[in-house]
Amino acid sequence: MRRVLPPLVFGVLALVLWEVFVAAGRVAPFILPAPTAIGAQIAEQRQNIWDAALASGANALAGLIGGTILAVLAALAASRSRFLGEVSVPFAAVVNALPIIALAPILNNMFESTSSVPRRLVTGIVVFFPVFLNLLRGLREVDPVHQELMRTYAASVWTFAVKVRLPGALPHLFTGLRQASSLAVIAAVVAEYFGGLQDGLGARITSAAAFTAYPRAWAFVAGACLLGLTFYLVTLLLERVAMPWKRSLIS
Amino acid sequence: MSDLASSAPDVVPERKHGGAASVVVDRVTKVFNQGRSDEVVALSDVDLTVGAGEFVSLIGPSGCGKSTLLRLIADLIEPTTGTVTVAGKPAAQSRRDQEYGIAFQQAGLFEWRTVRRNVELPLELRGLAKAERRARAEQMLELVGLADFAGHYPGQLSGGMQQRVAIARALAVQPPLLLMDEPFGALDEMTRERLQSELLGICAATGAGTVFVTHSISEAVFLSDRVVVMSARPGRITASIEVDLPSRDEAGRQAPVYFEKITEVRQALRS
Ligand SMILES: Nc1ncnc2c1ncn2[C@@H]1O[C@H](COP(=O)(O)OP(=O)(O)O)[C@@H](O)[C@H]1O
Ligand SMILES: [Mg+2]
Repeated sequence: MRRVLPPLVFGVLALVLWEVFVAAGRVAPFILPAPTAIGAQIAEQRQNIWDAALASGANALAGLIGGTILAVLAALAASRSRFLGEVSVPFAAVVNALPIIALAPILNNMFESTSSVPRRLVTGIVVFFPVFLNLLRGLREVDPVHQELMRTYAASVWTFAVKVRLPGALPHLFTGLRQASSLAVIAAVVAEYFGGLQDGLGARITSAAAFTAYPRAWAFVAGACLLGLTFYLVTLLLERVAMPWKRSLIS
Repeated sequence: MSDLASSAPDVVPERKHGGAASVVVDRVTKVFNQGRSDEVVALSDVDLTVGAGEFVSLIGPSGCGKSTLLRLIADLIEPTTGTVTVAGKPAAQSRRDQEYGIAFQQAGLFEWRTVRRNVELPLELRGLAKAERRARAEQMLELVGLADFAGHYPGQLSGGMQQRVAIARALAVQPPLLLMDEPFGALDEMTRERLQSELLGICAATGAGTVFVTHSISEAVFLSDRVVVMSARPGRITASIEVDLPSRDEAGRQAPVYFEKITEVRQALRS
């Protein structure tokens, strides 16, 4: 309760301030609509927001799962060889810092305009790098005592990977996934700004803005925020389920 | 007193270590980074024999090669020259056959496994059936007085308890030989003395031979049948002192022989 209350109070206060600010005429409503105006739009558009959020959520999820599976396989492979690891880390770090979303228009042109593939592809690429980088770091960071112990047990490379490397790298994997889950939603929404199939939150935001229906645009932005938050929270939940030993530490 | 001492047999059997030697280190030299500018002669011409069921401590200043010697016996590193025989076989073969259990200064538990599953791990890798594994792990945890903590994670235990789990794990395959590198080094004096008694009880109960690295003179004398004194640069064995305490308990710690032996080891370390 004490962890939830302060941000809640802060949020409500900020909303009130915002409302007062706009009502007092300090900001033009077409630049920043009042929270009540946005709220009215959310209520009015809730079915549209829900449908668009489902479409964007499906794209984000597909990219997240696909990108993560590839990243895990790639990290496992790269951790097996010192050379591969040393070459791939700086490369991946550089690519990770690029605005990968800029690929969206190119990918859109490579597929039919009715295809969901380009958005999912962009999302998958965006997801791949943080998961790969974090997991690889975890896989390479094995406690030397664990290493020696497994040697005294005459454990094979495979046994070592499954019983020590992977579970030991789980915290790192989830660090990557937490970053990736938020990025996945951003990528899935923003990719629609650049064309392609227009059934998600991104398309709704751009079209509302084009009609200068700013409160409606903001209502869909709020939908995108909630979608991102949902992805993040589900990842946190998965993390707790997957690592019961961390949970019991807190007590 | 401790959980373990009470669960050990009332009459501690006479230790017999006349039988086949458990460890034979024969004229072993270990040079790290040979031929480079940072070359270190960690061990020079070391001979050591540990009888079956014998408790031998290695003591010496830090950097004299105690850990190196232990790791050679464990086949975690290979000698530059000389041979190491464990349980009548080359050390590498004995490692593959899990002829020894090992514990380090850091407990080195797997934090994602419960206490029970940590102890089960060496058995798992040996391919034991699940039920048997579980029974054996429970028995070992009983031995170190942690049966009630089988379902806990290592992060929930104190340092002393973690170290006991590590010892239970080292004992799980019921090896004829126990290798320990300053296992109580990071513990407070009280815990340390209790674990020393527990360890003696375990060794008596299982008949395991032990090579025990320590830098505590009193610990070495209290625990050992023989204290092997080493000196640094290059690492060599300079003395081997037999210890025969009347009993290994509180009375043993008060006995005149105990203090005589402590003095003898201290002098050997000085010279
Ligand atoms: N892997 C290694 N590479 C290089 N030098 C080492 C290595 N391991 C130990 N040494 C050196 O060998 C000597 C003996 O080390 P060690 O056996 O750890 O001593 P002790 O356990 O008695 O404190 C030290 O000088 C140490 O620096
Ligand atoms: Mg050492």
